[in-house]
Amino acid sequence: MDRPGDFRVNAVQRILERVGRATVGAVAEFGYAASLLGEAVFWLVMGRQRGQPVRLAAIVAQAVEIGINAVPIITTLSATIGVMLAIQGIYTLRTFGAETRVTVGIALSSVREFSPLITGILVAGRSGSALAARLGTMRINQEIDSLTVMGISPVRFLVTPALVAMTVMVPLLTLWADLVALFAAGLYVSADLEISLAAYTDEVINLLKVNDLMHGLSKAAIFAVLVTLVGVLNGSSVTGGAEGVGRMTTRSVVQAISAIIVTDMIFAFAVTR
Amino acid sequence: MSRAAIQIERLNTHYGDRQVLKDVSLEVQPGEILAVMGGSGSGKSTLLNHLLGLLRPSSGRVRILGTDVHSAGFAELQRLRTKIGVAFQGGALMSSLSVGENIALPLREHTDLDETTIGIVTRMKLEVVSLSGFEHLMPAELSGGMIKRAAFARAIAMDPRVLFCDEPSAGLDPVVAASIDNLILRLRDAMGMSIVVVTHDLESTFKIADRICVLDQGEVLALDSVEAIRQSPNVRIQNLLNRRTEDAEIDPDAYLRRLMGPNR
Repeated sequence: MDRPGDFRVNAVQRILERVGRATVGAVAEFGYAASLLGEAVFWLVMGRQRGQPVRLAAIVAQAVEIGINAVPIITTLSATIGVMLAIQGIYTLRTFGAETRVTVGIALSSVREFSPLITGILVAGRSGSALAARLGTMRINQEIDSLTVMGISPVRFLVTPALVAMTVMVPLLTLWADLVALFAAGLYVSADLEISLAAYTDEVINLLKVNDLMHGLSKAAIFAVLVTLVGVLNGSSVTGGAEGVGRMTTRSVVQAISAIIVTDMIFAFAVTR
Repeated sequence: MSRAAIQIERLNTHYGDRQVLKDVSLEVQPGEILAVMGGSGSGKSTLLNHLLGLLRPSSGRVRILGTDVHSAGFAELQRLRTKIGVAFQGGALMSSLSVGENIALPLREHTDLDETTIGIVTRMKLEVVSLSGFEHLMPAELSGGMIKRAAFARAIAMDPRVLFCDEPSAGLDPVVAASIDNLILRLRDAMGMSIVVVTHDLESTFKIADRICVLDQGEVLALDSVEAIRQSPNVRIQNLLNRRTEDAEIDPDAYLRRLMGPNR
């Protein structure tokens, strides 16, 4: 009965079926993410009227966890990035004998690109994964169900505070990362090129426009929403116990970082046209 | 309109293609304790999840205190949910909140009581489940029996009219299990709650239940008083009551087919 042709048809069918399923799954996830964002914003705006306000205390607790506790690592890494940019910039420009122009590169690339990117990636690794793991564990322990049956919207109680805290804290962290990166780069530049830190600072202030700063900060806000949604999405679809939590946490970090990098490119392309 | 606290009419549910509940109908009267029994995979947990409105049925209706759980609007469902309490199998206490905060959670979210009153109510509920003095501990610091009792305290925090208990005595030693049985009886007697207990613990069922509903492969096999269930001539019920295993299948061909896997 089985002819060689049948196998090929079966294999093609199977591949098509898998591609189809994956596509439907991806579209469904996008839809879920969009409705989740809508619901989270709905509770933020309408919660008080519906008798379920979003608690400030919950937002502050999340903000401390996501923002304040990340300051040391953000400081360390953005300082490192600043120095790295200075080293590479001076090395590259020396070939043209133009190393004094290094400040342009450092100022624009760190404010527009590196600070939001490194902050986004760090927050994805620290807080996005934590969010996914927390929600995943709550789901398998039936804590989410218990909120629902108590008449407490899990989105309002768990997602909205995290979303608000992220959207406020990630741009603030990015602003801090800007300052630290520029300062650290300045220290290196002034030592290497023997110009004063004051002259460097002066040049940076002259070079940077509000537009550059806003470019970086708006990206940071978008990254914040992406990291939250990816974390919540993966956390809330955990099945299969502790192993499932681990798998979805990993997935959330990989997806969040990928989303950040792709969005970064699209945003830069759209805004600089 | 019927005065039953819970009415289930012809409930059919599916997981994918597999039918889990088949035409389940039953009623629970005010102040009644109904035990839902059945082996693993009989559909007990699925039934409970539908009663709680966590899953949508393929067809059929569930009414609790006159509200249709699956077609009610947001506000109506919200009002209903303040009148029902649920003690989940694993407790399902918020692990980030202390025991006291867990019990205070529904009060904080649904009432305008001030903190002093909430504190008093919380300690009263802990008193009821003999956990007074434990309100500052985190759920992770409690034993299994204490978690179950704390979950009861949270379930009754809002003085519900209907209480659902999922496997209240599973995994507990006999003494703690008996104390939970007594607690369920006390709650019914003191507050006139309607209580649905999903369990496979025979001893506790016979002690607390007014009526027993035996589920078997998604169907209501029997729904009757404790005494009638005990006397039932049905073999499957007797197997369940006497902890006998089902007769082994004497069909070597079917057995071999299963061993060979589905692709042959």
